[in-house]
Amino acid sequence: MNYSIVVLGAPFSSPSAITALNFTQALLTQGHTVFRVFFYHEGVHCANQLSTPQQDEINLTNQWQTLKKQHNLDLVVCIAAGVKRGVLDQSEANRHEKPCSNINDAFDLSGLGQLVEATEQSDRVVTFGP
Amino acid sequence: MTPNTHKTLLVILSQSPYSSSLAREAVDYCLAAAAFEQNIQLLFIGDAVLQLLNDQQPANISQKNVAKTLSALPIYGIGNFFVDHEALVRYGLSDEQLCLPIRKVTPRQMADMLANATHTLNF
Repeated sequence: MNYSIVVLGAPFSSPSAITALNFTQALLTQGHTVFRVFFYHEGVHCANQLSTPQQDEINLTNQWQTLKKQHNLDLVVCIAAGVKRGVLDQSEANRHEKPCSNINDAFDLSGLGQLVEATEQSDRVVTFGP
Repeated sequence: MTPNTHKTLLVILSQSPYSSSLAREAVDYCLAAAAFEQNIQLLFIGDAVLQLLNDQQPANISQKNVAKTLSALPIYGIGNFFVDHEALVRYGLSDEQLCLPIRKVTPRQMADMLANATHTLNF
């Protein structure tokens, strides 16, 4: 079955950020396909590559990046929700005259149309969070 | 993307208007879905019935008025609004206090809506 995942919870604030990752891993292990993972609301913080948890804690950003490498996942961060919360790629950083970008390169900033498309293209859409 | 009329998207709102920015971001999603001509229904449950209250004055807490944005949805072609009747009763709210023409539904009817929707999104 073809799934899309919506992540609304932030790492360290909500268990949903980890649950979404675990659920996605389980789907892929069982042979399902994942059309897109869409990060919205506080979920956009999952894409912040400056987040630096302690060694013995899970690093969600890296875990998503690894999963993307293994399964060629489409990881999309809502641009409005991301930029508002300080999750920027280089082009947004330039546009808003910020000193640096911080989005992990496994993730793409894009619009809410990507979430609409995900509901169009998927058999199931599962929301995690907030 | 081609317009899609045979799928029904049920957007379930459950958060109070200013406990986080989720209420606003849910409305933003609805506007995007409307722009892509999606067939969407909004269902307000639990604390989210407070989003519908008229005469909100959130400027005092540096927030934008959620009810005002919700009231604009019909302009964008969204006309299917439902509310959990029990939640309205719990908060002691009546129709004239609400910013949208809304249909009250029972738990049984909500179960039917969930069963009939192609997709649900929970905000």
